[in-house]
Amino acid sequence: MTVLAMPTAAASTTLPSEWRDYFALTKPRVMSLVVFTGLCGLLAAPGHINPVLGFTAVLCIALGAGGAGALNQWWEADLDARMKRTAKRPLPGGRMERTNARDFGIALSVASVLIMGLAVNWLAAIILAISILYYAVVYTIWLKPRTPQNIVIGGGAGAFPPLIGWVAVTGHITWMPVLLFAIIFMWTPPHFWALALFVQSDYAKAGIPMLPVVAGQAATRRQILAYAIVLFAVSLAPWWIGGVGAIYGVAAVALSALFVALCIPVALRRSAEGDRMKPEKRLFGYSVLYLFALFAALVADRLILGQGLAA
Amino acid sequence: MTPEEQEALKRARRGRNVALGLVLAALVALFYAITWAKIAG
Repeated sequence: MTVLAMPTAAASTTLPSEWRDYFALTKPRVMSLVVFTGLCGLLAAPGHINPVLGFTAVLCIALGAGGAGALNQWWEADLDARMKRTAKRPLPGGRMERTNARDFGIALSVASVLIMGLAVNWLAAIILAISILYYAVVYTIWLKPRTPQNIVIGGGAGAFPPLIGWVAVTGHITWMPVLLFAIIFMWTPPHFWALALFVQSDYAKAGIPMLPVVAGQAATRRQILAYAIVLFAVSLAPWWIGGVGAIYGVAAVALSALFVALCIPVALRRSAEGDRMKPEKRLFGYSVLYLFALFAALVADRLILGQGLAA
Repeated sequence: MTPEEQEALKRARRGRNVALGLVLAALVALFYAITWAKIAG
């Protein structure tokens, strides 16, 4: 199934855009997770960074994510108009010209990369630029409308922040930040597919080939469990290589075991018409908490045990 | 354009201008702080 969201006709603007509309373009709810994982990467990294420069690095990660989010909404305005969950966004809601969203996204993206490069370091700036292009081009324009594996590969975009935060401090890439990247990469598919299971009709209506729409519920449920099991192993890898201590290790075992446990009922059941999808909603809610708690444990480990080895 | 629409337009423009002003002021403060951090470091 191939449905392209082409930025052709701009939605007719009926209301003047307010600053809140520009803020909404940055996807603030997604940004909170991005900022948190970026900050955790920065705090868990070995070494020291001037607090002002550390704040600047996190700000740039947030601005870059906001810019990528705005470009995503610019490109997908037609698709958003067809889904209940997104129909009230500034562009489908007719509160903003399409070109304004595009220009705002480009300005935020360019500014975030330049400030990161000039104030922090250029390796962090390059990775930030790659993450923005990955989300805005590889995921939004290329993968999302073409393949049900969109979430798997596109999940890489959301996995960059801890890597960027870490590199902002150290100036180089080691195994630890790569593993933090891998954790979010493996977490993204079960997180999004749990959501896709209970908003399936919305995605189908918009013609987006999400896995439940294309491969069906049974295959999606099996894959959610498969990714959760791999995530269990990947989340423990920082401990195995000696990059973190027992606080993280124990937290990772407990949190990941519960993640797998919540995936099992989702994998085993079949939903019928009118199903309230409670296990799927519970898994989605827990998946957000899981990532926050796991990265908080990483920082606690570094601050309390003072490890943060450059493994 | 009705008077209500004109008023809404004016209100939205004023809000955007205030937000832009605050962002610019924050950027000035940020660049000032970055400069000091770089000099100190």
